Amino acid sequence: MAEIQLKSLAHSYSATPTGAEDYAIRQLDHVWEKGGAYALLGPSGCGKSTMLNIISGLLAPSEGDVLFDGRRVNELSPRERNIAQVFQFPVIYDSMTVFDNLAFPLKNNKVPTSQIKARVHEIAEVLEIGDKLYKKAKNLTADEKQKVSMGRGLVREDVSAILFDEPLTVIDPQLKWKLRRKLKQIHEKFDITMVYVTHDQLEASTFADKIAVMYGGQIVQFGTPTELFERPNHTFVGFFIGSPGMNLIPVERRPEGVMFNGVFVPLEAWQNNLLQRVKSDNLKIGIRPEFIEISESPSDDSLEASVLDVEDLGTYKIVTVEVGGQKLKVRQSEDFHSDVGASVHLLFPKQWLMLYVDEFLIKEQQ
Amino acid sequence: MVKIPNNRAWWLVLPVFLLVAFSALVPLMTVVNYSVQDIFGPGQAYYVGTEWFKEVLTNERLQDSLMRQFLFSGAVLMIQIPLGIGIALMMPKSGMKASLVLILLAIPLLIPWNVVGTIWQIFGRGDIGLFGWALNSMGFDYNYTGDTVDAWFTVLLMDVWHWTPLVALLCYSGLRAIPEAFYQAAEIDRASKWAVFRYIQLPRLKNVLIIAVLLRFMDSFMIYTEPFVLTGGGPGSSTTFLSQTLTTMAIGQFDLGRAAAFSLIYFLIVLLISWLFFTAITHADKEK
Repeated sequence: MAEIQLKSLAHSYSATPTGAEDYAIRQLDHVWEKGGAYALLGPSGCGKSTMLNIISGLLAPSEGDVLFDGRRVNELSPRERNIAQVFQFPVIYDSMTVFDNLAFPLKNNKVPTSQIKARVHEIAEVLEIGDKLYKKAKNLTADEKQKVSMGRGLVREDVSAILFDEPLTVIDPQLKWKLRRKLKQIHEKFDITMVYVTHDQLEASTFADKIAVMYGGQIVQFGTPTELFERPNHTFVGFFIGSPGMNLIPVERRPEGVMFNGVFVPLEAWQNNLLQRVKSDNLKIGIRPEFIEISESPSDDSLEASVLDVEDLGTYKIVTVEVGGQKLKVRQSEDFHSDVGASVHLLFPKQWLMLYVDEFLIKEQQ
Repeated sequence: MVKIPNNRAWWLVLPVFLLVAFSALVPLMTVVNYSVQDIFGPGQAYYVGTEWFKEVLTNERLQDSLMRQFLFSGAVLMIQIPLGIGIALMMPKSGMKASLVLILLAIPLLIPWNVVGTIWQIFGRGDIGLFGWALNSMGFDYNYTGDTVDAWFTVLLMDVWHWTPLVALLCYSGLRAIPEAFYQAAEIDRASKWAVFRYIQLPRLKNVLIIAVLLRFMDSFMIYTEPFVLTGGGPGSSTTFLSQTLTTMAIGQFDLGRAAAFSLIYFLIVLLISWLFFTAITHADKEK
């Protein structure tokens, strides 16, 4: 087990990068602590897999350092870093049995035979492939193959970390949920540092204690699922996490608040103070659909809006409203009723109203 | 869709049937016909039954050349298959270098058999051949026309030079088809180079190796032109292989009946051994 630290890491697949767009990973610092269960969440092409391969050593970063427990490991191979990695698509040694597949990393590490047997059986039980141990691996179904693939990652006890690169892509949804729970259990049982790459927020939040959200080659936020939901540090996190994502409205600076298309939104005093100090005009306010309140009668600070659409999703409703030319999504309970075109009044509770300057959150300073 | 049974559709098979009949069945039946007769000349053929078969099976000259043939094909497979795999493993994976190596490897394959024989016949000569001259001046008493071991060595070397590239190219294509993820997984699993070869590369080369082994076996078992041009089967009959014995019998001695019986047995041996190879390799890792 190890603490994995990335120091001013950057990577470009081009030999002569000319600009920021040539970089898959742009200048980032990050620490994965010992024994944590982490998810690396982001859209396709944001640099997640690149980062994972740099941690495991399959890829050498073009700039910066990778440190394991403070020791620079840039030049070390995955073998020397003693790291386990599970890939997106099952990789099995198809001339071997399931048992031999699982035992392979242990044999390569010269683990005594009796221990190999015990460990392989233990992992096979956890993954529920105990009854298939002596079958040829190539005759397994895709699900089972991926379990074997995962098993090979989990079987070594002494690894620095286990990295998962979207391991459940080929697994069907029912089993996905079960396997995710299994991984979580394995983490609790063996207490190994795990980093789980995914583009599915649900997968990330069920597996991980803390999630790193990647966007454009950078980690834009690292926090618990609740933090990501309540205080998105970057507009992308707001948009990417949650279903539907955060409502983001470009605004202009005004005394005591901000304005868009003639609609004035008051802000907290500390937000106004900070807003006066920044130069940039790239300002946005953001509020989650869950936190917008709708009432039929106006009150102080309420905004008048018209209902464009009401979608019933079974357990809740998503209402689309229009305010000053901006479409907003509002989540309401099942008993919400409104006609399309009706006029309603929106309230943005101040503690849930986020202010973004240059796409990053303005935070209250202690 | 409704299927209409119509047996007239069988007529559509006729062209293929005729083609196969004229290309394979008719000539083969001619050989079968010859093999049960003693032929002295046109109109002078006598039915002899299985006499030729009995004779062929006990003929010492044929048995000697059959043994030589097995030895030769065995040696060819033992050398060319591992060597071909080895070359394929060492070849560059991509880029200009890979193209260059591929072209260099393909050159021997493009040279006609009798030219290959001629090349090595001159190359191996002690007086004007670079290879023979070099060996002699290094102090080796090398003379492929006079010494059995030297003759075998030269014939084998020639065949290795001519055909190992085929095995290497087949294996190279097989290796290129292995996804990168397998190597990455092996690296993560801390597999040794040998383990990577044994558990990833070799199992995935199986299909091309079946082709390589069969092609090299059949080709080497039927070898004729190259040793005929190089050594003429000598010294003595030490490099006289089956095809040459057969040709001598059929054309040299005009012993058509015996040659026909011999051809049939020859054909059956090739068929049988190819089948054995194929079955052995494809059944090797079936589940018990």
